[in-house]
Amino acid sequence: MTGAKVLLMMGCPEIPIQTSIALYLSHKLTNLGFDVTVAGTEAATRLLKVSDSEGYYAKKLVNLDKTMEDIIEKRTDFDICFAFMHNDAGMTYAATMSALSQAKLYSIVFGRHADELAETIEFDSEKIVSKDVHNPLRLKNRLDKVVEGIAV
Amino acid sequence: MSCIEQMKYEILLEKTTYKEAREYIEKNAEEVHYVDPGYKIFKDYHIIGVPPIAVGVKGNALIFTYTKPCYGTFVLTVDSEESTKEIDRFRETEKDKVKPSLKKSKPPESPKAPSGSYLDMWKK
Repeated sequence: MTGAKVLLMMGCPEIPIQTSIALYLSHKLTNLGFDVTVAGTEAATRLLKVSDSEGYYAKKLVNLDKTMEDIIEKRTDFDICFAFMHNDAGMTYAATMSALSQAKLYSIVFGRHADELAETIEFDSEKIVSKDVHNPLRLKNRLDKVVEGIAV
Repeated sequence: MSCIEQMKYEILLEKTTYKEAREYIEKNAEEVHYVDPGYKIFKDYHIIGVPPIAVGVKGNALIFTYTKPCYGTFVLTVDSEESTKEIDRFRETEKDKVKPSLKKSKPPESPKAPSGSYLDMWKK
């Protein structure tokens, strides 16, 4: 899968672990040879830009709605998509991605209501669920296993 | 939000779940059309949503969903020359898909969501 195009789709950055996991995952996948793009809302991308001001961890940072528009208009697509979600809106964006893109979809469901939110997912995706809000380690460990699986 | 920000719209339902927004349209519109995610209305607004995506018609007004990542899903309505054009476009291109007065007929199956669990917590 080296060279495959990966999209990390960030939603509302209200839950702290999203930013750290997005930076971690972007860097890990880039080091493994994936072509990683991180898409987010204005607030989510600002948080990343300040944390990673040199663009060391997230090399391609783009606007979420513009990226969705490009996928809808078939100007771009990805091989793999990790969709972050902690609320219904995040799930709604991921459902749209599932319907429009050819990408293999991973739903990263986190936050206090992660289990309940995960139950509402009906589209085809691999769910990575963690109820954590502040501590990213459990989600990081689960994602490490997922990445091991796709890196081979 | 693209061109919709420049349009005169009214909010019918705010900060809700996608499922509830769809149900609102199905219950309150005179005519309901179902479109795919990404369907474009008003020149450059692509609808983000969980299929089946309902777009309603009430008189000359178009009723549709708009999802904001931090605030949830809204149901908006636009009653203008543009909405009339969109309604005409629906009627011309999807005559066989139009389901007038869905209140009297069974709507398409919606994605399952446990009532009284996540959806309720999200609203608190």
